[in-house]
Amino acid sequence: MIAELGHFALVLAFVMALAQSTIPFWGALRGDRQMAAVATPAALTQFLLVGIAFAALVHAYMVSDFSLLNVVENSHSQKPLLFKITGTWGNHEGSMLLWVLILALFGALVAAFGRNLPDKLKALVLSVQAWIASAFLLFILLTSNPFLRVNPPPIEGQDLNPVLQDIGLAIHPPLLYLGYVGCSISFAFAIAALIDGRIDAAWARWVRPWTLAAWMFLTLGIAMGSYWAYYELGWGGFWFWDPVENASLMPWLATTALLHSAIVMEKRDALKIWTVLLAILAFSLSLLGTFLVRSGVLTSVHAFASDPTRGVFILAILCLFIGGGLTMFAFRAGKLAPGGMFAPISREGALILNNLFLTVLAAVVLTGTLYPLVLEALTGTRISVGAPFFNLIFVPLAVPLLILVPFGPMLAWKRGDLRAASERLFFAFGAAILAGIVAAAIAGTANVLALFGVGLAFWLIVGALSELAFRAKIGGVRFGDSLRRLAGMPRSAIGTTLAHAGLGISVLGLVAATAWSSEDILTMKAGDSITVASRTVTLQGFLPREGPNYSETVVRFLVGEGGRTVVAMDPSKRFFPARQTQTTEAAIKTFWPSQLYISLGDITPDNSVTVRIYWKPLVTLIWLGAVVMAIGGLLSLSDRRLRVGAPRPARRAVTAPAE
Amino acid sequence: MTRKQRRLSLIGIAGVVLACAAGLVLYAMSDRIVFFNSPSDLATKPEPPGTRIRLGGLVAVGSVHKGPDGSVTFEVTDGSASVPVSYHGILPDLFSEGQGVVTEGVVASNGVFTADTVLAKHDERYMPREVVEALKAQGVWEETSSPATASR
Repeated sequence: MIAELGHFALVLAFVMALAQSTIPFWGALRGDRQMAAVATPAALTQFLLVGIAFAALVHAYMVSDFSLLNVVENSHSQKPLLFKITGTWGNHEGSMLLWVLILALFGALVAAFGRNLPDKLKALVLSVQAWIASAFLLFILLTSNPFLRVNPPPIEGQDLNPVLQDIGLAIHPPLLYLGYVGCSISFAFAIAALIDGRIDAAWARWVRPWTLAAWMFLTLGIAMGSYWAYYELGWGGFWFWDPVENASLMPWLATTALLHSAIVMEKRDALKIWTVLLAILAFSLSLLGTFLVRSGVLTSVHAFASDPTRGVFILAILCLFIGGGLTMFAFRAGKLAPGGMFAPISREGALILNNLFLTVLAAVVLTGTLYPLVLEALTGTRISVGAPFFNLIFVPLAVPLLILVPFGPMLAWKRGDLRAASERLFFAFGAAILAGIVAAAIAGTANVLALFGVGLAFWLIVGALSELAFRAKIGGVRFGDSLRRLAGMPRSAIGTTLAHAGLGISVLGLVAATAWSSEDILTMKAGDSITVASRTVTLQGFLPREGPNYSETVVRFLVGEGGRTVVAMDPSKRFFPARQTQTTEAAIKTFWPSQLYISLGDITPDNSVTVRIYWKPLVTLIWLGAVVMAIGGLLSLSDRRLRVGAPRPARRAVTAPAE
Repeated sequence: MTRKQRRLSLIGIAGVVLACAAGLVLYAMSDRIVFFNSPSDLATKPEPPGTRIRLGGLVAVGSVHKGPDGSVTFEVTDGSASVPVSYHGILPDLFSEGQGVVTEGVVASNGVFTADTVLAKHDERYMPREVVEALKAQGVWEETSSPATASR
């Protein structure tokens, strides 16, 4: 009964989305305020209805309702409650429902918090948002209905893929979807602006917080996915250039670019047309990501089941929105007035370079991701484009961008002084050189590129901090005054510093963990030991253990430092009887900020085991840097001047006619 | 600087960056991509030793031999031809005889394929797509083992 309610709510949500797509749109075009005003309650109701459907599905998973096909295929009564709940989106149907739920959530947020948006813009944005919702709700109802029943219901379910039975599933997909779907808001704003034919700095002021939020969630979602793959897959790798990872990296690159170009537009009223195009592209790349992951054209852990009709349906949605968006851009962009002037060496110029590099990087990733698909479709030749390809291209293009990052905030708007900026960065340059020398002293000069990478990371971190230091005049005035200046600084300035420094922290982790990690593969018996990074790792013994829905053999290792045992590490081999599947749980111990990582191969009958032991120097910094970036985003978001309800300037801009 | 000059200089910089990117992509495409082969492909058209390829098929039943220190040999077959593979390292959890596998590595001069990466399927319902197609091409693919379980 509850499942039927959920199904019914989903159908109603589709109808509501259709109403929201048409009535406010028509009202906005005809200037009918009453019709335009339908948008707000419709968006809220649509969210409520999708919420009911989602809650019904979660309920079915929690009580293990095996009369639902979806629950039978992806759950098991013995599974811990947390994994029953997260299993709701650990499959194709449920994850699409989560996608639509988040879409509806964003629509509802615009409806609820967009009180000071002009009525017409708000109605247009919400109806564009509802077009997307209608398409995806129809997709779910026609091809991926999670509420299908089975008759007779089986007694037990087939369990969730053991790889997915992890806390990561509770965090990674919702975060990533918040990021993907968050891009739909800036897309909706862009389309609304094109329909309306007017766009101004106030528009950027509304778009930027949404983009910032989407970017924050994307950053965290990607970092979380990377950490999950790192500890779950047992290869000790954190980025595989897998097409599915690329699918999340492309929107991240595009939203990062959009974030920066929206600043130019908001502050200087320039780059308008480009910003609109970027908003369309960012969401197109998100949709492409959804298509690549959900259609089964790629082989990966994310491809739950391939069904050609779904692929074709998502492809159709993809063509509709990307094609439609770009067509509208082609026809209407000319109506948007170009913006202000600036010299090439200026904050604007730096931000344009940032956009140039980021979009080129996104294009390169797109090429590498789609090329194998296109080649196979055209010639039938199957190739794999992996890490060697991307590393060769990505690194040389990313390095100039990273070198330029600290200059941006140092340059003034309109006309900047490169020499003054360089002088201010002198300290950062010194720190970078020093860091390179220190790294050479510790790790040797065998890997010159890695030393350069360490220098680059410190250039970014110290460069970002020097911007704050100069604004606070640290060393120039009394220390107390500097602190007061720092406290009085807009939060968005501190946010920028944190985001740029976070990038540097991630770069440092990436460089060190790539260049100086060690790997040992050996067969060990109880009592054997090996020395890794000046620590002794001793295999103590094998312990069988029973979990809720699996049985496992734990292999206990003792890690000693200077003859003293400091910690025990317990990697294990798990066997899940429901799926007759074995998984390996790696053991990871953080010696801040580095990690010792132990993974297992097969345990032989004579009680020896193949062991893979990694030492990953500074590896935690990769994810820590992403968290720092996201905190920077959050600080920016909380800046009063940026808040959606930012009082006067926004309202004045609304009433002013478009240029 | 006029608007036109500014635009031209911008286009110039963008052109340089794009040209660099395109050059890198083209170079990488000629050098850094890996072709997928089935055992039959290798039998009919042997690759020169040292070529980096992906080899996919089924792990031949009874062919897996594990040595000390984590070295493994096995044969990859697609029903009509098979290729011996040697690998040093830990095999994925879902690696087993009679199951689909994709390996990446280098063709050695003695005809043995030296793999440095072994990928098994992620899920017991699922078979690497390249393998499915290689098997279909050899006519040994059975629809009953189709990974599509969603349409019941």
